[in-house]
Amino acid sequence: MTATLNERTVRDVGVQGAGARDAAVQDVRRALDAVLDPELDEPITGLGFVRSIDVSGAADRAAVTVHLRLPTSFCSPNFAYLMASDSKDVVSALPWVGKVVVELDDHHDSALINAGLAADAGYRGTFGHEAEDSLDELRLMFRRKAHTAAMERCLTEQLRADPALSEANVGTVQLGDLPAGRTKNALVRRREALGLPTAPAAVVLVDHEGRPYPAEQVPMALRRARSTRISIDGNAHFCRGLLRTRYEGSGADQADRPEGAEAADHRHLLPFTVKEIHP
Amino acid sequence: MYSKDGENYFIVDAHIALWDARPENQRNVHGKQFIDCFYDYHRNLSPEEELWTYEEYLYQGGGRLMKDLFEDGYVDHAIFQPAYLGEFYKNGFGQTKEAYGLAAANPDKLTYNHCFDPRDGERGLDRLRADHEKMKFTGVKLYTAEWHGESRGYKLSDPWAFRYFEECRRLGIKNIHVHKGPTIRPLDRDSFDVSDVDHVASDFTDLNFIVEHVGLPRLEDFCWIATQEPNVYGGLAVAMPFMHTRPRYFAQILGELIYWIGEDRIFFSSDYALWTPRWLVERFVDFHIPEDMTEYAPITIEQKKKILGLNAAKMYNIAVPAELQLPDAGETATGPRQPERADLAGAA
Repeated sequence: MTATLNERTVRDVGVQGAGARDAAVQDVRRALDAVLDPELDEPITGLGFVRSIDVSGAADRAAVTVHLRLPTSFCSPNFAYLMASDSKDVVSALPWVGKVVVELDDHHDSALINAGLAADAGYRGTFGHEAEDSLDELRLMFRRKAHTAAMERCLTEQLRADPALSEANVGTVQLGDLPAGRTKNALVRRREALGLPTAPAAVVLVDHEGRPYPAEQVPMALRRARSTRISIDGNAHFCRGLLRTRYEGSGADQADRPEGAEAADHRHLLPFTVKEIHP
Repeated sequence: MYSKDGENYFIVDAHIALWDARPENQRNVHGKQFIDCFYDYHRNLSPEEELWTYEEYLYQGGGRLMKDLFEDGYVDHAIFQPAYLGEFYKNGFGQTKEAYGLAAANPDKLTYNHCFDPRDGERGLDRLRADHEKMKFTGVKLYTAEWHGESRGYKLSDPWAFRYFEECRRLGIKNIHVHKGPTIRPLDRDSFDVSDVDHVASDFTDLNFIVEHVGLPRLEDFCWIATQEPNVYGGLAVAMPFMHTRPRYFAQILGELIYWIGEDRIFFSSDYALWTPRWLVERFVDFHIPEDMTEYAPITIEQKKKILGLNAAKMYNIAVPAELQLPDAGETATGPRQPERADLAGAA
């Protein structure tokens, strides 16, 4: 998929042929597509966080080594750990894989996290006194934020498209009123992740348990959702940008993110024909 | 003072530092990682013509600071907000002695804020009293993600932090600047959580809490808290340079802040030496909310004047020429809400 991965693969040719190894690397990469940055709600592959994938050894019990990289040394260690440990889980689940090493590079907690991963020590075993319970609640909190942002994107698009619609009236907009497309699909996906209804008659503006708002609370709920969306889109692009600054060439691994994109985001993409996208 | 199109802007840079990140001062690899992270912010968000070399970035010294701020940068007054980072740097990151000396020599131009760490316990309280006796500061900068032995962060709502705020109250230290970094214990919570600001702002209504970087990357939580607590303010350090690479993002940050907390509680900062104030001031005065963002009103000249200096000048009793002063705006549409209504939307 990327030059980096292919070079590494070819260099490592041993038991298998180059073609088989390429396929194996692609397999690993597809598995890693399922690992999300919990905060940005995007696959780590499309964010450019996968630095390299190496495959060696026997075809039915191969050894896989994955290196991850992040935008700064001081990215939250809890999320860094989550992504690294999820990566180890999904690669270990591939039937042809025997041994998996996942290492996080250049992070202030690299030594701690990598040792914890190697020993399968788990979250509490890795962080000791700094961990109190589990990271499940944290994951849920950010899944809810992702839903909030997706909901706001749909409603703001509606508001901009329909001058007759006012902020006070968005509380009655239903899923069936939304035009088909990327924004609506994203909302449906986030609703499914939270177990919220996805029928056409379902109200769009709801809290994370699916409850609509009384009419007088609708504008405030929309405004709160908007500030959440701005944060997520802002972070998603700032993190991408910092990764490109930190690791030259890493932009080639990054998937485009139309939500919150600005003119400057297209500098690193080729060909240079992209217009400014208005979220 | 910055003047353009017949308008005069009094400039207060509310968050500056005099740091030393040179290799000889780095205690370990984290000292290098920390300044490298700052330098990547600088490289990523600066216009090309404003880029510094890595060597320039490691250390500036007082002479260069005075030139960048007061000769080239239009700044009328600036406020030191030191970060100690003693676990990363042998002699600390923020050079408190040098900064205090510079402020003492230029009292009309510089205000020195101090720092403390509540995990220093009773000893730290004694030290705070002694430091205050000597330096008479009215503000402090707290970095809650500071490492401290085995601990890698604290909360403003920790019992010892309360002891320190009580002492601040006694000593007349009124302005508490808070910065959130990503290594707060316990790790099972959101590392950038600003909810502890909510607690202390309710308990210490006579102190001002200025949340630096307007709570980014948790703008939504900051706005909500600041709406409920009239003594919570937002500092634009690190948010300002988004004007250049991400003007639409910056427009939305500004639009949200004005909507939620109003134009009187937002402070300009260059976050020197992360960036220099000159280009930030020039571009901010020229800045407009993009036309297609119909959810926000256009930003006015009066709002820019308040943000660029008048708001911080008022908090720090910095003298502003009478003809440049402006009256406060009315309450925001969101109003100061009562805590019992705080769970209203539950959208976040």
